[in-house]
Amino acid sequence: MSDFLSGFWGYFIAIGTLGGIAFCVVLLTATNKRRGASKKPELHDHVWDEDLQEYNNPLPLWWMGLFYLTIIFGVGYLVLYPGLGEFKGTLGWTSSGEHTDEQQQAKARFAPIFEKYAQQDVRAVAAIPEARATGQRLFLTYCAQCHGSDSGGAKGFPNLTDKDWLYGNDPASIRTSIAEGRNGVMPAFGQMLTSEEVNEVSYYVLSLSGFPSDSVKIYGGRKVFQSKCVACHGADGKGNHAIGAPNLTDKIWLHGGSSKDVIETVSNGRSSRMPAHQDILDESKIHLLSAYVYSLSADTEKLVEAPK
Amino acid sequence: MIKPITITPRSPATEPPVNSPGGPDGGEAVSQALYEIRKKIYPRAVHGWFANWRIAMVIFTQLLFYGTAWLEWNGRQAVLFDLAARKFYIFGMVFWPQDFIYLALLLIISALSLFLFTAVAGRLFCGYACPQTVYTEIFLWIERSIEGDRAQRMKLDQQPHSVERIFKKTFKHFAWGTLALWTGFTFVGYFTPIRDLTMEFFRTTLGPWETFWILFYGFATYGNAGWMREQVCKYMCPYARFQSVMFDRDTLVITYDAKRGEPRGSRSRSADAKTAGLGDCVDCGICVQVCPTGIDIRKGLQYECIGCAACIDGCNQVMDKMGYPRELIRYTTENAVERGYAWKEIIRRVFRPRILIYTAIVWTIILASSAAIWLREPIKVDIIRDRITRQGGEEQVENVYQVRVMNTDEKTHRFRIRVTGLEDLKILSKDQPMEIGSTASRIVPVRLGLSATRVAPGSHDIEFIVESSSDGDHPSSDGFSIREKAVFVVPRR
Repeated sequence: MSDFLSGFWGYFIAIGTLGGIAFCVVLLTATNKRRGASKKPELHDHVWDEDLQEYNNPLPLWWMGLFYLTIIFGVGYLVLYPGLGEFKGTLGWTSSGEHTDEQQQAKARFAPIFEKYAQQDVRAVAAIPEARATGQRLFLTYCAQCHGSDSGGAKGFPNLTDKDWLYGNDPASIRTSIAEGRNGVMPAFGQMLTSEEVNEVSYYVLSLSGFPSDSVKIYGGRKVFQSKCVACHGADGKGNHAIGAPNLTDKIWLHGGSSKDVIETVSNGRSSRMPAHQDILDESKIHLLSAYVYSLSADTEKLVEAPK
Repeated sequence: MIKPITITPRSPATEPPVNSPGGPDGGEAVSQALYEIRKKIYPRAVHGWFANWRIAMVIFTQLLFYGTAWLEWNGRQAVLFDLAARKFYIFGMVFWPQDFIYLALLLIISALSLFLFTAVAGRLFCGYACPQTVYTEIFLWIERSIEGDRAQRMKLDQQPHSVERIFKKTFKHFAWGTLALWTGFTFVGYFTPIRDLTMEFFRTTLGPWETFWILFYGFATYGNAGWMREQVCKYMCPYARFQSVMFDRDTLVITYDAKRGEPRGSRSRSADAKTAGLGDCVDCGICVQVCPTGIDIRKGLQYECIGCAACIDGCNQVMDKMGYPRELIRYTTENAVERGYAWKEIIRRVFRPRILIYTAIVWTIILASSAAIWLREPIKVDIIRDRITRQGGEEQVENVYQVRVMNTDEKTHRFRIRVTGLEDLKILSKDQPMEIGSTASRIVPVRLGLSATRVAPGSHDIEFIVESSSDGDHPSSDGFSIREKAVFVVPRR
């Protein structure tokens, strides 16, 4: 009864409950006889349809037995289960314990399905159609809310079906992304650069993936890029998997590829977060999910040839 | 002043004296228990036309109940309600929870049929088909076979404990218990395959819940048919009470012909009743003795009467012996008794507007539901749109959907997904056509793309079409085409 701040309520409930039961017992024993009544059957007062009346007939005796059975059941329940204020019941049952039990039962039941794949290499698992089907069901449950049911992502949420990877597409990197999560931070440069410089560097970045832009802006932008951006995105703008810096040359834009979007990104920065799943999902489920995600962008032919 | 009399099983000394209310009827003041001890009823065996009908109905319903569970269909149990998998097999059909409407329709048909039958001839269901009646009848038959008929049973119960009594009672309860457990077992056999259940029983590997439900339904059968009997109809059954509401003055009910029967009285077979001033009722009490609810039909129609017509059969036997015409107790209507209708007129009045309307409604619903089941598509489709919309390349808007396809058929189907509703709306995901296994369910993520310049921002109604695909090695014998509504959202910029 930790729901209440005061211990008073525990006693209030216990006394109310026991008092209620005691009252029922008294009521049952005290009222099972009618005194001073006529021997002739009585009629209820109410009259239906001009002349229809009901006899006040006694209930069958076994019916009263049911009342007593209910009381015995109630007392038994209160002894075994929590119900009397602070008293926890002799069985020690709790709803959270029940939940844990059921989770463990489910785990024991479904674990073999996932364990089957846990010993194999992610690439090998990705080649098995049934494993991909199971992986897809996991994906639709845990991942599709952000990455989309077709894994195609959305603005701010990476597309998992293309060849562009922020943190790498080797099985270990995918596993780390799922299990431990990722924090992608692009710092805001709006305070450090003048708006002219922001403009120039944005157009330079766009030009890296073939966006037409005038050469003056590109020239100015390149200078800014080399002083401020190369540390993360690299001199050639191809990014860095180790810190999740995106490749700026591939026409794939996580936060939008219009000049407006890119200027916004440079000025105010971006912060994206992939949550960690190792507390929610078993290692074997993460393994299977990694295989599914790996299969999304891999060539099907290559998967088939993958060593078992 | 009248001295108060106290009638009580307790010590009278503890009871305070009570005053008589007096009253015009001069009733005596008593202390009366408010609960009634059940008086055991010993129904006497009866033979006749209605009894034969009931035996036929008992055999029919029980063959159906005990037998159907063992039928096989396509290598599985023909009728099986698999609650865990939420699939309900009835011969060639598999129902899913989404088909709940058919259960609702079945219940509506049952309820309306009850109205119809009750309006025509009273509590026909109670008398012939209700499980309570049917199992009581079976249990009574067992009781009679072991302990003998009414008089013998009453004698046995009044006897002090004897070897004979203990033997007969033990044997009876053993027989009842066996049948009750068999009933519970069969009932559970509709939810767990009954052949597996049998194997589990012999290997003593029955699960805890299976054991519990077998015992539970076994106990319910034993208790209701062996001990509670008419108490169920009198105190527990809601139908018993509301069926009477559907009676009218032209409803056929079991009636004692008081005009012909009264004044009742015993007489010798040779005596002339007319000269003795007696009616046809010989007051033998057979109609009371055969009654499973222990009422006297000669007092008129009562709510306890379950319409079993045992009293008709019983009285007819007596009338035959006496050489009187039959049907002193018979099916007739209130109007017929009052106005002396002939049988022909009674039958004519069965076709009154109320009955015709009930009949029309029942048949309309039966035909409509049959048509609906006949035309039922084997495939069900549910569509959930992903919350996100996506900018796919230049000027292209994409929406993603989870199309859940469910196959209620017991064979594999090939299908293809199309969309309509917006010009140039394209399906961008591949993998067509697809396959779905027997009684399986699968989720297909579908990506739709549209050139954003062509449509205004906002939500647009579209339709998915899931249709059978007959290409390749899988010629589709039964085509289907299911349309399901969805929306396509174009974001504002």
